[in-house]
Amino acid sequence: MNIVVCVKYVPDAQSERGFDASDNTTDRENVDGLLSELDEYAVEEALKLVEAGEGEVTVLTIGPEQAADAVKKALQMGADKGVHVSDAAISGSDAPATSLVLAEAIRKIGGADLVLTGMASTDGSMSVVPAMLAERLGLPQVTFASELTVDGDTVTIRRDGDAASETITASLPALVSVTDQINEPRYPSFKGIMAAKKKPVERWSLADLGIDSSQVGLGAAWTKVEDVTKRPPRQQGTIVPDEGDGGARLAEFLASQKFI
Amino acid sequence: MTQHPLELFAVDGLIDSDAKDMRDTVRAVLADRVRPHIAQWYEDATIPARELTRELGALGLLGMHLEGYGCAGTSATAYGLACMELEAVDSGVRSLVSVQGSLAMFAIWRYGSEEQKQEWLPRMAAGEAIGCFGLTEADFGSNPGGMRTSAKRDGDDWVLSGSKMWITNGAVADVAIVWARTDEGIRGFVVPTDSPGFTANEITRKMSLRASVTAELVLDGVRLPASAMLPDARGLSGPLSCLSEARFGIVFGALGAARDCLEVTIDYCREREIFDKPLAAYQLTQAKLADMTLELGKGVLLALHLGHLKDTVGVRNEQISLGKLNSTREAIAIARECRTLLAANGITGEYPIMRHANNLESVLTYEGTSEVHQLVIGQALTGESAFR
Ligand SMILES: Cc1cc2nc3c(=O)[nH]c(=O)nc-3n(C[C@H](O)[C@H](O)[C@H](O)COP(=O)(O)OP(=O)(O)OC[C@H]3O[C@@H](n4cnc5c(N)ncnc54)[C@H](O)[C@@H]3O)c2cc1C
Ligand SMILES: Cc1cc2nc3c(=O)[nH]c(=O)nc-3n(C[C@H](O)[C@H](O)[C@H](O)COP(=O)(O)OP(=O)(O)OC[C@H]3O[C@@H](n4cnc5c(N)ncnc54)[C@H](O)[C@@H]3O)c2cc1C
Repeated sequence: MNIVVCVKYVPDAQSERGFDASDNTTDRENVDGLLSELDEYAVEEALKLVEAGEGEVTVLTIGPEQAADAVKKALQMGADKGVHVSDAAISGSDAPATSLVLAEAIRKIGGADLVLTGMASTDGSMSVVPAMLAERLGLPQVTFASELTVDGDTVTIRRDGDAASETITASLPALVSVTDQINEPRYPSFKGIMAAKKKPVERWSLADLGIDSSQVGLGAAWTKVEDVTKRPPRQQGTIVPDEGDGGARLAEFLASQKFI
Repeated sequence: MTQHPLELFAVDGLIDSDAKDMRDTVRAVLADRVRPHIAQWYEDATIPARELTRELGALGLLGMHLEGYGCAGTSATAYGLACMELEAVDSGVRSLVSVQGSLAMFAIWRYGSEEQKQEWLPRMAAGEAIGCFGLTEADFGSNPGGMRTSAKRDGDDWVLSGSKMWITNGAVADVAIVWARTDEGIRGFVVPTDSPGFTANEITRKMSLRASVTAELVLDGVRLPASAMLPDARGLSGPLSCLSEARFGIVFGALGAARDCLEVTIDYCREREIFDKPLAAYQLTQAKLADMTLELGKGVLLALHLGHLKDTVGVRNEQISLGKLNSTREAIAIARECRTLLAANGITGEYPIMRHANNLESVLTYEGTSEVHQLVIGQALTGESAFR
């Protein structure tokens, strides 16, 4: 089974994140980035499937120069090959454009039996790219999998909701987005780290994918971030000295905030 | 914007990307699995050696700089940097790895028969088997050549008798590399710890390296087949070359403990208000921090230089002695100076300072005491041996 895993290179949540003042897009140049932690689950799931059977795992990312690090990390974990789509014109792309580029890249890879994605990116976190991508590829989409099994031509997932857990099946090829409950991603082993350097990584531009630059980027986006204001610093909390009525006053406070 | 002490020295530019990625991986794994528990393990004088060894084995950390037999085959520098991360958490954790990879596995890898390598190295690399290294005896530490443990021929077999003292991993090991006196000089033996006549008695009541297993090994007529002897190690140079491997890790490791102390202390000084301003804003504090940072950075530069030598032209024993002497001596000085800045808080288990300082007392002593390394360097400089 050949699997393509879409991984996003995102700003490290541990470092100072900000917006580019000129166009209100995420500043991706001046921050440390990494493979989105939520996408590590997709990589891990792909590796487990291939290790239990056969086939290849290809990781695919769209992003600036440094996004090569996200591909490298997935290769160190054990993926077989990487594809990095990078083009200045892609900067500022919205979810429809992102899914367009991903779809064309997957076609150029030669398709896949299974496309895996994370449940959301840790920066944009719209959770819509998987659905859009499935639509563009004409694949069944089964999202938010917290368990995944493949049997022959069928993929079965469990989706945990508040009220019930659903079991959903789809025929392959299919697209599945996975949650952070599905597995525990491995750390790259030292052998993996050394082997990664020798694995093939393709670098594609928009031209390589036959996409016109007018279809992507900030100009083509359907929505626009008009303004950005930093969240005000947190207010000092209310301190309730317990004079024997602490419990009652706590309940009063929670009620006044409509928590209870 | 403040800078990390090692950022001031821009050391990252001296490290290749694989070694950096491995270092960062070790740091992440330890932050996840070991750091949250280490203070308690130390307090309780325990370490989940088996579990930890398996986890570190899965990463490829055990015997990482050896080639083949399931070992990762990394650079020596990458190994050193991993030791620095391990010891930044605790010297006991680093000791476990040093003994496994550089003493026990290295002895087999360098001096063992093909059969011994096949039997032990893959399992030890994976962390499924734990090794220990028995050289020191109660009466022979700095002078191991005086050892009394003996191996005598009986037909084709060997019979080992005697005892070894202060043996790291001793009570949890599956295999012990034991050095013994024979008619043909000192030889090494691969001793499965379930051999009849072999016992390990854990040494308790340690005030240092509490998160590390230390034991006395007793060999009461342990009978081994001829194939148990390490064929290629003859005389004291065998065990001494293993020690040199492990010392290389300590050159980096001890500085990890110092780095951890310094990081904690800088944060503490910036938070702690004394006479209405942060402790960090006093000149005396800054002088201490600057001096400690300088020693740490110089030590790391020396360590990386030795790593570069080892990865290229090779490193000589007396050069490793320079590093072992410098790193352990400066690390313990840094830990103690940090303790003064944390004052009362510094003596508690809430902060890692005293734990590191206590650990470093052992690190200063084992693998050749500071005095012994001064003598090694002195001999290289003067041509005079002052050992006896
Ligand atoms: C500050 C900011 C400003 C933005 N401004 C706009 C705007 O003005 N107009 C607009 O329409 N959108 C805007 N976006 C959304 C942005 O376009 C999205 O980040 C992008 O389209 C992907 O959507 P997502 O990150 O929400 O992905 P999600 O849908 O949350 O991602 C789910 C999964 O899709 C895959 N995936 C997503 N992106 C990639 C990628 N680049 N490469 C490979 N796989 C990927 C991953 O597997 C991921 O786990 C903005 C986002 C941010 C953070
Ligand atoms: C926690 C711990 C773990 C250990 N793990 C191991 C292990 O796994 N395997 C193993 O084989 N050993 C191990 N050791 C033993 C360690 O290597 C010895 O303790 C060390 O070599 C010093 O020996 P000693 O303690 O007998 O000190 P001694 O040799 O008695 O030294 C006493 C003092 O004399 C000084 N001295 C020695 N020779 C000279 C000289 N020629 N001139 C001037 N001064 C001198 C020393 O520097 C020291 O200050 C461990 C020790 C500790 C504390």
